[in-house]
Amino acid sequence: MSDVADRVRKIVVEHLGVDEEKVTDNASFIDDLGADSLDTVELVMAFEEEFGIEIPDDAAETIQTFGDAVKFIKDAQ
Amino acid sequence: MFDLTGKAALVTGASGGIGGEIARALHGAGAVVGLSGTREAPLEALAAELGDRAHVLPCDLGDAEAVDALPKRAAEAMGSLDILVNNAGITRDGLFMRMSDADWDDVLRVNLTAAMRLSRGAMRGMMKARWGRIVSIGSIVGSTGNPGQANYAAAKAGLVGMSKALAYEVASRGITVNVIAPGYIGTAMTEKLTDDQKQGMLGQIPVGRMGDPKEIGAAAVYLASPEAGYVTGTVLHVNGGMAML
Repeated sequence: MSDVADRVRKIVVEHLGVDEEKVTDNASFIDDLGADSLDTVELVMAFEEEFGIEIPDDAAETIQTFGDAVKFIKDAQ
Repeated sequence: MFDLTGKAALVTGASGGIGGEIARALHGAGAVVGLSGTREAPLEALAAELGDRAHVLPCDLGDAEAVDALPKRAAEAMGSLDILVNNAGITRDGLFMRMSDADWDDVLRVNLTAAMRLSRGAMRGMMKARWGRIVSIGSIVGSTGNPGQANYAAAKAGLVGMSKALAYEVASRGITVNVIAPGYIGTAMTEKLTDDQKQGMLGQIPVGRMGDPKEIGAAAVYLASPEAGYVTGTVLHVNGGMAML
């Protein structure tokens, strides 16, 4: 379990109020974790702050699952 | 009631008659205020009058980059940005058939696009705080139209549509978005009218007088208050009954 994945999972759990075990690699924020479109914007904002990176809008749209987020952040770092 | 202690409010056009009273009213209710406008001297004078909890933040709302930077400047100066009052506005009146592209663009840029940019810039902090108030100053003209003001009426009506759409999007985050639509308010501008012009105007107002800028300030305090948390996407008409909408 990488440090990035732990930190991303913590943000997702806190923000969406879901159980940690539901946050799997293939878990879709919207379809599986109950996020609405505004939640996804807020998650991206939270990732940007946590990791000190900028996630452009077109990239943000490709981040659909927990695994997508972890991969994007690792690549961006 | 209507205690804004601990809240920070940015008011654009605070050098004008209505904006100044809005700032005074918010400050009087306990808020920290950021006074924005193009002319620095009247902003400094107002800040000196208010004393503590007042910050001067000059900005040209026709300059997109400066507008985008203003919410961040305001949050840094005040500690947060909880209340945004989009009050600044300009007029470039003229008959529609003769209206230049520049007069149209200038009015839309300052009165509508700047409000969008400022609201967008203020949103991140409000979303995180799960609390926010956006109050835009529209006009009766946005609902009724007025000859010679196609650009101004379009911008003011545009504020209403924008506010309603945004109100939908952020309601679940404790952020309300509303418009105050003043009728004829007594300011330096209306002082210049002739007596005949004033009489003609008053004949259309059931209350029988022009509004006081303080009455717009009071409306702004209400919409900014925690008590108004269930009021969103609405237009509060403050017009002496001139148009009962």
